[in-house]
Amino acid sequence: MADRNPAPDTPELRERWGAFEFTESYRERADKAIARYPEGRQRSAVMPLLDLAQRQVGEQTNTQGWLPLPVIEYVADYLDMPVIRVLEVASFYFMYNMKPVGKYHVQVCGTTPCMLRGSDGLFETCKKRGMSKGHVSDDGLWTLTEVECMGNCATAPMVQINDDNYEDLTPERLDAILDELAAGNQPKTGTQIEGKRTSEPEGGPTTLKDMVGANHDYRGEW
Amino acid sequence: MPKVTVDGQEIDAPDGATVLQACELAGKEIPRFCYHERLSIAGNCRMCLVEVKPGPPKPQASCALPATEGQEIRTDTPMVKTAREGVMEFLLINHPLDCPICDQGGECDLQDQSVAYGRGGSRYEENKRAVTEKYMGPLIKTVMTRCIHCTRCVRFSEEIAGVDEIGAVGRGEDMQITTYLEQAAEHELSANVIDLCPVGALTSRPYAFEARPWELKKTLSIDVSDAIGANIRLDSRGREVMRALPRINDDVNEEWISDKARYQVDGLSRRRLDKVFMRTKGGLKPATWDEAFKAIAKAKPGKDIAAIAGDMVDCETMFAAKSLLKASGSSLLEGRQTGMDYDVSNLAAVNFNSTLAGIETADAILIVGSHIRWEAPLVNVRIRKAVKRGAKVFVIGAFWDTTYPAVFLGDELSSLGELPEAVGEIFSSAERPAIIMGGAALAHGALGAGLAFAEQFNLVREGWNGFNVLHFSAARMGGLMLGFAQKGGMKDIVTAKPKVVISLGADEMDFEPFADALKVYVGHHGDKGAHAADIILPGASYAEKDGTYVNTEGRVQFAEKAVFAPGDAREDWTILRALADALGVSVVFNSFAELQAAMIAEVPALGEEGLADFGAMPKASAKARAEGTISAYPIKDFYLTNAIARASAVMQQCSAELLGGGELAEAAE
Repeated sequence: MADRNPAPDTPELRERWGAFEFTESYRERADKAIARYPEGRQRSAVMPLLDLAQRQVGEQTNTQGWLPLPVIEYVADYLDMPVIRVLEVASFYFMYNMKPVGKYHVQVCGTTPCMLRGSDGLFETCKKRGMSKGHVSDDGLWTLTEVECMGNCATAPMVQINDDNYEDLTPERLDAILDELAAGNQPKTGTQIEGKRTSEPEGGPTTLKDMVGANHDYRGEW
Repeated sequence: MPKVTVDGQEIDAPDGATVLQACELAGKEIPRFCYHERLSIAGNCRMCLVEVKPGPPKPQASCALPATEGQEIRTDTPMVKTAREGVMEFLLINHPLDCPICDQGGECDLQDQSVAYGRGGSRYEENKRAVTEKYMGPLIKTVMTRCIHCTRCVRFSEEIAGVDEIGAVGRGEDMQITTYLEQAAEHELSANVIDLCPVGALTSRPYAFEARPWELKKTLSIDVSDAIGANIRLDSRGREVMRALPRINDDVNEEWISDKARYQVDGLSRRRLDKVFMRTKGGLKPATWDEAFKAIAKAKPGKDIAAIAGDMVDCETMFAAKSLLKASGSSLLEGRQTGMDYDVSNLAAVNFNSTLAGIETADAILIVGSHIRWEAPLVNVRIRKAVKRGAKVFVIGAFWDTTYPAVFLGDELSSLGELPEAVGEIFSSAERPAIIMGGAALAHGALGAGLAFAEQFNLVREGWNGFNVLHFSAARMGGLMLGFAQKGGMKDIVTAKPKVVISLGADEMDFEPFADALKVYVGHHGDKGAHAADIILPGASYAEKDGTYVNTEGRVQFAEKAVFAPGDAREDWTILRALADALGVSVVFNSFAELQAAMIAEVPALGEEGLADFGAMPKASAKARAEGTISAYPIKDFYLTNAIARASAVMQQCSAELLGGGELAEAAE
């Protein structure tokens, strides 16, 4: 499981992030998130604000972004809430990175369905490129994390990289995706099987075939 | 009133009750860890499982399930038994088996309940979880491996104390209870989480490895560190008080006590006066009782004798001194050491009339010159509850961190007579408006203006009296009832030029004006009073004598003797009795019982536990105006307000660590 302790509170950390502030565009989005909740309930917007803060940190460091303690304190201050409550939220959800990550945060699902469909091979592929779990690769490009079920079992195995899912993977397909990313291109997201659109069965439907053309009422046949 | 059946017994549960409460009403014991009467319901320990019909065919957490009409609750079925065993087994999976070295041992909920509801042994053979210790300040010792994540401490600090300091970081197996960056918990009630913790995760740091609960003698006592009169239990072993714990009294302290009440007890065995001392050329020298009494008799005070009561003395001591002075023909009694001279002709005007429990129901509160968090932390908890119910709070005085929303109206006392219009409207339309006058307001002579305010906004009405004075000396109300007050305060005593001044543990008074008098200090700690005294007669502290105390709401309470005073020290009344003989006057008592009887004969209210009746409020003078600026409060350092606390190593450490050496109140927070 990932290390959820915040990065140590060092003078260097304070110096680097102590002056963190939302930029104009992020502030606009933050205020919009706060406005969704009734007056005085601004605390409810803590999750979107942490996400925005992480994204801004990501832009500023050319990574996926993470949450240094001064940034968590800034969000607490912005929402006028105790900082321990913000830290509780930030440390609870795995989408908030508590430690610096690379430009691409490769989250490989290792839960049973993905494992049965070959997620071990995906880890091998990643490791061959110099990734290791919980660490930023030397070129600053990758961070590998093993995660639990992401809800894409029908298209297992899957990998989430930053905001996108890549499904129906094989080591070769993952390699191609990582190559594209390293080259600075945006690979096709979702399923990686030619001709498949989403999570439908490969090679056409195997059940409810009469439904393909038109709506068919099966009830009389039960 | 839903009718439910608990194990075949039909009972009427109150509206809004939970299944757990219904079971308790029926006399069934429901094991629990996270549920606590005074905290919000969390429902995360799952120990309180019962079987409820109608409902899903599985055990349900009774603490979070409302009791509804026609429920059939079973607490004695095999399903409930195995469910509890299962939960207990899960809880114990990651709980270390270190009871022999755990301070909670013997008073541990987990220990007791695993004996009562757990299965005999463990089937777990894997490695247990280990968690690093977290620093939570000088009072709370943590062994977080023992934590079962009930979150009582988190809920206490958020809901009762009002400072969000403790939180649960991480999730699942990795969840850890901690303060932000492991800063010390900075709150006057922080140590109550030690009592709340059902396991040994949060234990008392000063008391660590000191004693086992079954070795201790338990004595019911009253706290004297402030004027709330919190009900405490002194746990002693041999001649030493090991610790103080709160007793439950919903009218006074609910279930909490301040950190000072809890941890000043180590001061009871430090800097004690255990011998008679007399000042000779070159300083204080040990002497005998005889020599001391002879020296006092030699001063031939006659009727020129005065007695000043300290902040922590009991009513019996004060009455003994009063009898002694009366027999000598003197009435120079005073308890307000710092020179306050507010009018005490009607005690209803200097009483906390709303009562401590009643202030919770107020809907508009004006605090005048009181740093309540330091003067009476338990009152602040009550006001916080009132605010949660919708009360508006305004403060006249310098800023302090209230822990609830409050409007500061500046530090000019004159604004008491000319409130902003919006504020005035709130008080006019309030159903239960209240004012709380603190020590700083009294010192500035604002009592009259406060009474005028009470009259203007009709604070005293059918079933409600919103006029409150908040004292912070445990002896204050008792002293006033016994007449320890001069019209002009300490000034009158100085003008009377007494030949002998008896200080009953009075440390805050100014001894300078009494340079020509013989100063006799009857007290228990070598503090400011002893430094200035000519003769020191060692007395007993609150733990070492039976006594009556009256708290700021006029509640008469008895404390019992827990241990014997050290060395030559005697109970104060015996010293005063012997002094009467030395001075050749006769007093009416020869035993404690006689003394108490004489006191009750003079002030009958002191003989009855409970609220004293001070009669109707006085008429306010319409001309009364308050002047002055409250830029600071009388208490400069919460942890060092009395001689016991100043002698306590724990309190000194708290002061240094949490308040940074007792700087100004503002700087401290």
